[in-house]
Amino acid sequence: MNLLDHLVIAPVVIPAIVAPLTLLAMRRRRRIGVALSLAGCTAMLVAALALFGIVQDDSIRAYPLGDWPAPFGIVLVLDRLAATMLVLAATLALIVMIHAIVTAVDRKGWHFHPMFHFQLLGLNGAFLTGDLFNLFVFFEVLLIASYGLMLHGQGAARLKAGVAYVVVNIVGSALFLIALGLLYGLTGTLNMADLARSVAALGSEDQGLLRMAGLLLVAVFALKAAIAPLHLWLPRTYAATSPVVAALFAIMTKVGVYAMIRVVPLIFGDDAGAAAWVPAPWLLPAAVLTAIVGFAGVLAARAMREQAAFAILGSTGTLLLALSCWTQATTAAAVYYLVHAVLAGAALFLVADVTLRRRGQYGDATVASPRFAGQQAAGLLFLAATIAAVGLPPLSGFVAKLFILQTTFGTAPWRLIWATVLGTTLVGVIGFARSGSAIFWKAAPDGDPIACPPRARAEFVAPAMLVALLALLTIGAGWATAQSLAIAAQVFAPERYIAAVLAGDRE
Amino acid sequence: MSLEFLVASAIAVLVAGGIYLALRGRTFQVVLGLTLLSYAVNLFLFAVGRLVVDRPPLYAKGVTEHADSLPQALVLTAIVITFGMTALVVILSLRSFLESGSDQVDGVADRPADEMRP
Repeated sequence: MNLLDHLVIAPVVIPAIVAPLTLLAMRRRRRIGVALSLAGCTAMLVAALALFGIVQDDSIRAYPLGDWPAPFGIVLVLDRLAATMLVLAATLALIVMIHAIVTAVDRKGWHFHPMFHFQLLGLNGAFLTGDLFNLFVFFEVLLIASYGLMLHGQGAARLKAGVAYVVVNIVGSALFLIALGLLYGLTGTLNMADLARSVAALGSEDQGLLRMAGLLLVAVFALKAAIAPLHLWLPRTYAATSPVVAALFAIMTKVGVYAMIRVVPLIFGDDAGAAAWVPAPWLLPAAVLTAIVGFAGVLAARAMREQAAFAILGSTGTLLLALSCWTQATTAAAVYYLVHAVLAGAALFLVADVTLRRRGQYGDATVASPRFAGQQAAGLLFLAATIAAVGLPPLSGFVAKLFILQTTFGTAPWRLIWATVLGTTLVGVIGFARSGSAIFWKAAPDGDPIACPPRARAEFVAPAMLVALLALLTIGAGWATAQSLAIAAQVFAPERYIAAVLAGDRE
Repeated sequence: MSLEFLVASAIAVLVAGGIYLALRGRTFQVVLGLTLLSYAVNLFLFAVGRLVVDRPPLYAKGVTEHADSLPQALVLTAIVITFGMTALVVILSLRSFLESGSDQVDGVADRPADEMRP
């Protein structure tokens, strides 16, 4: 093994080192802590990009921790999907971190930076792990950090939403463990590749239990991804926490979707007997419901943050519409949409943050207010972010939705999928147009302009970066589409994943 | 009665009680419910390695038949995580009660906190 092979573990190690260092540094010298934190984010982005470069040769790398061979030891697995998610997480983390520092959100409590990095540790670990129990552990790591981040800055509303959020997730974790226990009891292994092999060889008397374990596992992922009817915790939590944290959380809900893309074709694929594609009949109605609830919420929301939270819900629904067909082409569309949806959701939250900082007592409520400083810039960013989020041309949301429509055409439920995508898009457009016109066009008849807060210009940097990334994703749509097709091709060739992970088995 | 039946029914009772309590409106009951649920999950994880009597998990002199040791490692991890989580929920609900004056999970204040104190 040369040094480049060890790079696979870097996205887990870097935040694990940076987090305690920032914890130590913040006590004495804030600047050093902040610099460390930024350096950590940058290093992670560099490592993620390097890993992304490594998988361009279409190889799947298994990294056995402690050099124990795969079914017994713990493995990290790097493939195209994992590398893409790592790059996405690192990019988002860097931008959100810049925004948090610029807006001084990180000064509202002591431990913003350490928790931020522990959250990244959990995210990266979840993307890389090739072992279901470690997936659970990394889920817990990212959840524990998210509890801290969610409550950062405190306030009664945040605590109330926090209790519900934590309780929901603990119940979810309990269900996760039950599903793991069932799978372990049936097959005697928790390594994903080994599971895929053992599940295919399972006798007929165990098929019922296997189906149940599969459904339970997907239900847990659905809870984490906030898929209707398990979505109720999301709008409350995301609207109550600070927008910066909510922007980072935009990728957290997508971890559930990622886990589905990872686990279902691999373990519950064609070979899984009675459990083959076990979530498929449930996912489509849930996806339709999620999309409708999400975009109806966009229409009904009375504040920008609430609206952004519902937009994230709606994007998960749209994503699942494509995913629920479980074909290679639709999965590629889902992956492209996933990348877009994370960036667009985060952009919405950051724009909401910038706006609510400038409107004084009016906050982010969708009511007319007197003119405020930076209204035009905020309005333009809001326009761009919403165009992307809702899927109007020219930004990447349009390309992504077109990709979904094109690939789902001809599958059994394509009429339902098309109707949902197009209908919810219309509802979303109306919803965003309504709030945009209330906040940025109309002016309250009375009242003087709201005074400009200090250090105001720099606040636009992070949302503008996200919008620029969305534009890049549109301009480079051809390249991105090729990438997502390659990702889907790897996801739908589980035998290659199994061979790569269990290679040490035969040595 | 067999060992399997006893363990299974114990898990069932714990889960039933846990779910009932977790669905209640007040945080104290919810915390108790989560605790029961986590006990049930730990027992369940322990049982997935098959129930056997008088077998060492790793090594003992002259013993060739072993119990499955992996579920015990899993249970250990799960205990640590759920323990930490439960502690967090307790602190959180206490703080939430003190700050908002209500221990309702949904956050609808029924009475001001002062009235509840004797």
